[in-house]
Amino acid sequence: MTAGWVDRALTEHQASEHEYQASEHAHEHRAGERAGAPQPAPGTVREELVLERIDRARRARPRVREDRITMSHGAGGKATQTLIEAIFLNAFRNPLLEPLEDAARLEVAGARLALTTDSYVVSPLFFPGGNIGDLAVNGTVNDLAMAGATPLYLSAGFILEEGFPVEDLTAITASMAEAARVAGVQIVTGDTKVVEKGKADGCYLNTAGIGLIAAGPAGVGSAGPGLAGSGLAGSGLAGGGLNLGVAHARPGDAILVSGPIGDHGITILLARGELDIEADITSDTAPLNGLVAALLAAAGPGVRALRDATRGGVATILNEIARAADVGVLVSEDAIPVRAEVRGAAELLGIDPLYVACEGRMVAVVDAASAGAALAALRAHPAGPQAAVIGQVTAGPPGIVQLKTAFGGTRIVDLLVGDPLPRIC
Amino acid sequence: MRFVDEFRDGEKARALAAKISALCEPGRQYKLMEVCGGHTHTIYKHGLEDYLPEQITLVHGPGCPVCVIPMGRVDDAMALAAEPDVIMTSFGDMMRVPGSNGSFFDAKARGTDIRMVYSPLDSLKIARKNPDKRVVFMAIGFETTAPSTAVTMLRAAAEGLANFSVFCNHVTIIPAIKAILDSPDLRLDGFIGPGHVSTVIGCRPYEFIARDYGKPVVVAGFEPLDILQSIYLLMLQLSAGRADVENQYSRVVPWDGNAVALRAIGQTMELRPYFEWRGLGFITHSALKVRPDFAAFDAEVLFRVPGVRVADPKACQCGEVLKGVLKPWECKVFGTACTPETPIGTCMVSPEGACAAYYNYGRLTRTRVAAAAGGARP
Repeated sequence: MTAGWVDRALTEHQASEHEYQASEHAHEHRAGERAGAPQPAPGTVREELVLERIDRARRARPRVREDRITMSHGAGGKATQTLIEAIFLNAFRNPLLEPLEDAARLEVAGARLALTTDSYVVSPLFFPGGNIGDLAVNGTVNDLAMAGATPLYLSAGFILEEGFPVEDLTAITASMAEAARVAGVQIVTGDTKVVEKGKADGCYLNTAGIGLIAAGPAGVGSAGPGLAGSGLAGSGLAGGGLNLGVAHARPGDAILVSGPIGDHGITILLARGELDIEADITSDTAPLNGLVAALLAAAGPGVRALRDATRGGVATILNEIARAADVGVLVSEDAIPVRAEVRGAAELLGIDPLYVACEGRMVAVVDAASAGAALAALRAHPAGPQAAVIGQVTAGPPGIVQLKTAFGGTRIVDLLVGDPLPRIC
Repeated sequence: MRFVDEFRDGEKARALAAKISALCEPGRQYKLMEVCGGHTHTIYKHGLEDYLPEQITLVHGPGCPVCVIPMGRVDDAMALAAEPDVIMTSFGDMMRVPGSNGSFFDAKARGTDIRMVYSPLDSLKIARKNPDKRVVFMAIGFETTAPSTAVTMLRAAAEGLANFSVFCNHVTIIPAIKAILDSPDLRLDGFIGPGHVSTVIGCRPYEFIARDYGKPVVVAGFEPLDILQSIYLLMLQLSAGRADVENQYSRVVPWDGNAVALRAIGQTMELRPYFEWRGLGFITHSALKVRPDFAAFDAEVLFRVPGVRVADPKACQCGEVLKGVLKPWECKVFGTACTPETPIGTCMVSPEGACAAYYNYGRLTRTRVAAAAGGARP
């Protein structure tokens, strides 16, 4: 932002207000006519109008107002979303990119593929429960799994800082190899760049991945190294293949998480050692493809959407669901699994676990009829014993995520603004 | 989780809510101000208003440290940060507060060395690690945070640290409450007293509110049941026609405050003749500055601070919101031009700001409750 930004914001605001005024008057008129029903409390009609105006402002085309990138642009919240939509989507717009899912779904010579990429800048590089290497493999495996694909092949790009210990690099690559083995994928291509000391922070990683989306039971199990380990073979998927996406959420659908949330983010925060808080928490980094296969086998076509709750946490996913499907989301604080250590640390730091990153947890939207089977399948899998139904999709208010608090009140859960936890993955 | 869940018990809340409703006189409206932004945050974060009858309105007060910092002071801090070899350190809350040329975050993106710290003692660590740099701590907050700034200066003095200083913006709560009591715009029935400030200053300083203005004060804790119980205690006083200072937060707040903390403040800081508050204007004896004997740690002495007064943007109604005259949504630019991601006013920045709390958590509650008015209430 530069000098005069307030004036610009206000001018913009006034222009849109003028445009809307006519319809607002009409609305006020309508509101006044609402007879019969109990009269709203004094002041509420105008508050309603304000809320409506806010809703409109929130749906306005995103614009990047800053003239430089700030840390918020990488935090996974509102600013990240604005950056993606206003800069990247604007430049690259095409139907495959537009759904902004974790992986793009492509059709190549009759095969349905999922393609994804992710970069890793986590600090510190080594943390309880993992390091940047297994994080990078699991992250990309999970992005493919969330598209309902069987992860097959990964690439690995290394950006190394001059002076980085070879011993550390060896440890990182060993973790990557092990994570790939566990997830049933192969790292088949790569790239290395070295930059001068001070131009990077030790080691940055990029992984891209490709996976196969099952066309139906017959199509599964015929190719690739990943399938044997994934358990997806014979999962009984409907012909025509899966088409998962948050836009498919419908009122009445159940929302599940696959386990306690926030472990990774809090682990990283504490591993930095700046807070002098010690707790027995390890990162939840893990591949989710096995869990997804089990879920799809049990709840098959009832599964509408899967998302791994990384940066921005579960709250961000819930908002993406509400926004993409133009529905409401209602979750219950009591039902959301959070480890006591994570809750305690988050409470001390004034952070809401709903916004804290996980690296081995997913949110699933499942139609109501399949919710029971889905929950049972998740809980029966070694990666999901603490899975839980945390809420449901509602008809409205559209675009809004509401939380029934443990205290018994109701509040909104909005997209994250600001950046409490930079460089978490 | 122990010591937390007990204070968020829905059953107890329902029981208290019933008692509160029973104390409301028919036809009477009650306006209670929660002075502290931490309370505002709790109220919205837990959806506490759902438990209150229509007759009770909570009015959000000025006790939000970030909210009351005037734009000119933010610009001063930016100017300090831009001085050669300076590392500016600040609490996370401060990072997004807009000055007339953007926020700390924007300045950081332009290359200014600004770092977020959780405690002023972290700034000392940075100073020790960077002896060739001049580390400035942007000190904000009421009497709650002033002791930690004081202790940091005392420690810096004991160590003889030469590259650490404080840009002092500490404010005091009592003059702000007095300004609100004297404001003709607002008629309040009672105060939910600030808990954290009171751990330092105790409960005695509020006695004038009960004695001279006839308004009850209940110093409250920060869990939702604390606040609900404090509202109940206020309603008990109001229904009995009493005006006393009571301490709901006695598990933390000593009646006479914390003598050690007060002494540390007194050793290192003194009252300014006057200080500008965002939206409230200049208030006499309402802020602290570094004492002359600690001038070696006073950024206002060590650096040239521009000290230019910057008027708030015309459309910004933070002042009215801070005084409780306007509800956040009644501000003209609320939620449209002014949002948490592009805040114009400070009330939209801090998690303790009434506008941010309402935008992030409460945008819905009132309409839902209005729709349900007449019986669906717990």
